Amino acid sequence: MQKLWNNYRYLFFRRFTQIGLLVLYFGANAWGWTILMGNLSSSLLLNVVPLSDPYAALQMLAAGAVLATDLLIGAFIITMFYLLIGGRAFCSWVCPINIVTDAAALLRRKLGVDKISKRQPASRNMRYWVLALSLILSFAMGVTAFEFISPISMLHRGIVFGLGFGWAAMLIIFLLDLFVLKNGWCGHICPLGGFYSLVGKVSLVRVHHLEENCTLCMKCKVVCPESQVLHMIGKESLPVISGECTNCARCIEVCDDEALEFSIRKLAKNKNIGE
Amino acid sequence: MKKETASDRRKFILNMARGAGITALGGFVWSAYVDEVIASPLTLRPPGALKEEDFLKTCIKCGLCVEACPYDTLLLAKPGDHKPLGTPYFIPRDIPCYMCPDIPCVPVCPTGALDESSVTTNGELDITEADMGLAVIDDNSCIAFWGIQCDACYRACPLLGEAISVIYEKNERTGKHAFLKPIVHADVCTGCGLCEKACVTEKPAIFVLPREVSEGKAGNYYIKGWDKDDEKRLEQAHEIKTQTKLSKESAIDSLNDSGDLY
Repeated sequence: MQKLWNNYRYLFFRRFTQIGLLVLYFGANAWGWTILMGNLSSSLLLNVVPLSDPYAALQMLAAGAVLATDLLIGAFIITMFYLLIGGRAFCSWVCPINIVTDAAALLRRKLGVDKISKRQPASRNMRYWVLALSLILSFAMGVTAFEFISPISMLHRGIVFGLGFGWAAMLIIFLLDLFVLKNGWCGHICPLGGFYSLVGKVSLVRVHHLEENCTLCMKCKVVCPESQVLHMIGKESLPVISGECTNCARCIEVCDDEALEFSIRKLAKNKNIGE
Repeated sequence: MKKETASDRRKFILNMARGAGITALGGFVWSAYVDEVIASPLTLRPPGALKEEDFLKTCIKCGLCVEACPYDTLLLAKPGDHKPLGTPYFIPRDIPCYMCPDIPCVPVCPTGALDESSVTTNGELDITEADMGLAVIDDNSCIAFWGIQCDACYRACPLLGEAISVIYEKNERTGKHAFLKPIVHADVCTGCGLCEKACVTEKPAIFVLPREVSEGKAGNYYIKGWDKDDEKRLEQAHEIKTQTKLSKESAIDSLNDSGDLY
C-alpha cells in the first residue's frame, strides 16, 4: 500500500485537480455554484477574480481585438501563476486532454507499440510551428484561430456545456497518440503546450536530478511524456531546465532510488554551484 | 570536421523547409475550416454583442454569459451545431430572450464582446436598446394575413404596440371582415424572439434574423427630401463625374463608332 502511494501519489493529486476543476466548472453551469465560473478560456474565481487563458488573449491581440481590462488582468494572473509553478504544469495538472493522452500513452506501453515502430516520424518542435501558424492565421483571418479548433476547449466546454460531436475529436487524439505518434498531441502538436513551454523556460518549480542516487533503471524515461528533457539522467546532477517538462512528477514517483525531486529553480542552481 | 558542419547546415535547412511545408499544408486546412464556420450568417448573438466580425475576434468562448442567463436561453456552439465553435447564440423558437431588465449576461463578459455601453441609456442598463436581430414576417404563411384572427406575436412582444403593431385592412374577399395584420417596426424591435416563440403556425411565420440578413440598404445616393435632417446630407454633396471609355468621345461619335463594344 505504501509503495502504491509512493508510486502514484502525484498522479492521484493531478487527477484530483483535473477532475476537481471540471466538477467546479460543471457545478457553476448546472447548479449555479459561484466558486469557479466559466471555463478554461476565461473564468471568474469566487465571483471576483478574473482568470484568462494568456494564449487566447495573444490570439485576440493578433486578430486585432481590443483587449478589455478584465481579460488583461486575468491573463496576467494566469501567466504569473505558471511562471511560478512551472509553465506546463497546466498541461499535466489542469488540462482535461491530458487524461485522454495519458490513457493512450499507457495503452501504448502495454501494447508495446514502441517496440514495433521505433522511429518517431515527427519533430517535437512542430508545436512551435503550430503556435506561430495560429498567430499568423489569427492575424490574417481576424479570429482567434486556435480557439476555433482547440480540442482542449472542445472537451472542456463539452463537459461543462455539452459535447456535441466533440467526442470524435477526442477519439482522433486518442488514436493518434496510440498508434501514429507517441505523445503525438501533447508532445508534438498542441500550440498551447508550446506556449506554456515558452513560459516554462523561466519558471521556478523544477524537477531536480541527483546523479549519485541514480541506478540507471530508466523507469523515469519510460514514463516521461517529454523524455528529451531528462537527458541528464545518470550523467549529471542538474535541474530539468527545459520548458517542455510538464512538472507531472511521474518521474519522481516511479523512481525507487530518490534520484529525482522537486525543487525551486534558484535553490537548485545555488546547490549546483555549491558542489 | 568541415564536412560535418556542411551536412549539419543542410540538415537544418531541410528541417526548416520541411517544417514550413507541413505548416503551410496545416495552415491551408485550418484556414479553410475557420473560413467555413465563420461564414455561418444565421447566428443570433446575446444582447449587446459587437458586430459579428468584431465579436468573433473578441469573444473568448468562456460561457459566462450562458451561465448568467436565468432562462437557459443562451447556448455555446458545440461541434455539429454549424456555428463558430464555442460562441454563444440562441434559438428563439426553443427559448427566446426574455429581456431581463438587469441584463445579467452582459456585465459578466470579461472581454467586452458583449458591450455594456451598447445596452445603456443615461448610465443605466436598458434592455430595450438591445439589437440581437430583427423579426420578419412571411405574409404567405402568417394566418393573420389570410384573414384568420391571430395576434399571438403582437401579444407576446415585450414592447407591445411599439415593436409590433396591428394594422386594420378591409378583407375584400368576404366584403364584411377585417384583416388584422401584424407589422414589425425595425427601429424598435430588439430581436428577442418572443414573437417567434409565440407564433402558432407549424413553422413560425414570424422569425428573428440577424440584421445583416434581414435588412436591405437603400444606398446613400437616395435622400428623403421630406426629412429635414436627411436633406442636410445634400450640403456635403459633391459632384462625381464618371467617364467611361465610350463617354470620353462625343455622344454622336460613340453612336457611330461602337468601338470595342462588338
